[in-house]
Amino acid sequence: MENTIEVKNLCFTYEGYGDVPDVEALHDVSFTVEKGSFTAILGHNGSGKSTLASVLCMLSEPASGEVYINGKLMTGEDVTDEDVFDARRRVGMVFQNPDNQIVASVVEEDVAFGCENLGLPPAEIRRRVDDALECVGMRKYARHSPHKLSGGQKQRVAIAGVIAMKRDCIIFDESTAMLDPMGRREVMETIEYLNKVEGVTVILITHYMEEAARADRVIVMNGGRVLTTGTPGEVFSEPELLWDADLDVPQTTELLYRMKKAGLDVRLDIFDFEECAAEIARAVKKRQSEVK
Amino acid sequence: MKMDIAFGQYCEGNSILHRLDPRAKLIISIIYIVVLFLAKNVFTFALLTLTTMALVILSGISLRVIAGGLKPILFIALFTAIINIFFFTGDTLLVDLKIVKIYLEGLFNAGLIVLRIVLLIVSTSMFLTYTTTPLALTDGMERLLSPLAKIGVPVHDFSMMMTIALRFIPTLIEETGKIMNAQKARGADFTSGGLIKRARAIIPIIIPLFVSAFRRAGDLATAMECRCYTGGAGRTRMNVLHAKWYDFAFVLAVTALGAAVVLMNIYLPGYTVTM
Repeated sequence: MENTIEVKNLCFTYEGYGDVPDVEALHDVSFTVEKGSFTAILGHNGSGKSTLASVLCMLSEPASGEVYINGKLMTGEDVTDEDVFDARRRVGMVFQNPDNQIVASVVEEDVAFGCENLGLPPAEIRRRVDDALECVGMRKYARHSPHKLSGGQKQRVAIAGVIAMKRDCIIFDESTAMLDPMGRREVMETIEYLNKVEGVTVILITHYMEEAARADRVIVMNGGRVLTTGTPGEVFSEPELLWDADLDVPQTTELLYRMKKAGLDVRLDIFDFEECAAEIARAVKKRQSEVK
Repeated sequence: MKMDIAFGQYCEGNSILHRLDPRAKLIISIIYIVVLFLAKNVFTFALLTLTTMALVILSGISLRVIAGGLKPILFIALFTAIINIFFFTGDTLLVDLKIVKIYLEGLFNAGLIVLRIVLLIVSTSMFLTYTTTPLALTDGMERLLSPLAKIGVPVHDFSMMMTIALRFIPTLIEETGKIMNAQKARGADFTSGGLIKRARAIIPIIIPLFVSAFRRAGDLATAMECRCYTGGAGRTRMNVLHAKWYDFAFVLAVTALGAAVVLMNIYLPGYTVTM
C-alpha cells in the first residue's frame, strides 16, 4: 500500500525566551498514513497534535526527524520553496475557527481562492468550484455571504475550498471543536463522504472520542509522544491506557468495559449505541442460559 | 447587538446600471463628475438634471432611498447656499439690510451650486454605491489599475487588503457586540457620563477587539499560505470581467454628454454660474 505521509523520529521544540524554558512539543514521533485511509490523531490539549499538523503542512520546521509526503522528503536543508508549494498542493488543511480561514465575502469566490492561486484557467476553476460546493452540499449558497452562514456551513465552505484544489490528503485540525452538535455532525458526514466516496486521505485531529472511533486507524498522542496506535477497536479496548493520558473513551466502550470487569463476556470494540445495546443483550441472555 | 450593516448602501437589483461592468462604471463616474464641473449655465444644468433623473429611473431605486442618501450633505449644501446668498455681489439688489446685501445673482448662483452638489451625489451613487457591490468595485479598481503593477505599484496587494477588510467588517462588528455584552455583564457602563467618561468606557472594548483582530489576522495568513497563496504573481481569477456592448455605449454616451455641455457653454451664454 502506498503511503501518503510518512513521519520518522520527528522532534519539535518551541524555543523559550527569558525565563520561559524550551518546550518539547514532539518527541520521537513516527507513523505512516496510507493512501486513501482515514486516520484520527487523538490527544488532549498540549499533547502535540496541532504542532504535528503544522509540521505536516510545512508551516513549521521540525528540530529533527523526517517527513515524507508521497515518498518525497520534505524536511532538511535541501527543501526548496518549490517543494513546499508542491507539497501544499497535495496536502490541505482545514482549521479550527471557520471565520478565520474564509478570505472572500462571497462563498464561491472563497472556494475559488485556492484554485486561483494555482493559476488554473477560469473555466476549470468554475467547474471545480461547482463540483466542490455540490460535494459538501452548499451549492445553493454559492452567492451567499459567509458571515450569514452557520458554523457548520462555514466549515463546509472551507472544506469545499480545500476539495476544489484536488488535494490527495486533507488534515482537519480540530475542525469540529468550535461547532455545535448539529454543525459537528454535518462536518463529520462531509469528512466521511470525502474519504469513502471521493477516496481522499483524511487525517482528523480531534479530542472527541466518538469522532476518532469512526476512523480506520487511531494514533493517540500524549505529552508529545505517540502513546498507542491501532484500529479504534484495538485502541479503545485498553481504556486504562487512555485514562492515564487524561483521555476519555467513547461512552459505549466505557459501559462495555465496566460490564466486562463485572464479569460479563462482552466485546469492547463497539461504538454504535444500537450495536452496543444488542451486544449487552446478547451477553446477558448467554449468561442467563448458563446460569440455568 | 444585532447590526446588519449594508456598507456602501448597495441596493439589490437587476437594472442596466447594476449590470454594467464595474470598470465602465468607474470610468463613467469620473467623466460625469468632470462634466458636472464643466457645466456653466442654466441650459447645461437643465440637461444634466434631466440625464441624472433618467439615471435614477433606469436604476429603479426608490426616491426615498436616494433622498435618504442626500441627508448627510444637507449641511454642506445649506452652508454653500448661505455663503453665496449673502456674499455674492451682482447688479440687481433685492434686499438691503445695511450689513448684508442680497442680490438676485447671489440667489441664482446659490441655487445652481446646490444643484451641482446634489447632482454630484445622486449620479455617483447611481453608478457606484447603490448599484455596485463593494467587492465588484474593488475588483473593477484592481483591473483598471493593473497596468500600474508593471511600474511596481502593488495593485493586487491593495485590492486583496480591501477584499479581506470587507470580508471581516461584519465579523468584527459581531465581535464588538460580544465584547460589549461581556463588559456589560461585568458592570461596564457605556451610556452614562460625560464625553470623557464615555470615551474611556470604550477602551475595554477596543483592546480585546484589537487583540482578537491580530489573532484572526495571523490565523488567516496561515490559512491563506496553506491554500498556496503567494501573492498576485501567477494568479488567475474565476470570474473574468467581460466588457459588453452596453458598457462601451454608456461610456460613449457620457462622453457625448460632456461634449454637448462644452458646446452649450460656448454657444448658449447667459445665466452663467460663478464658482
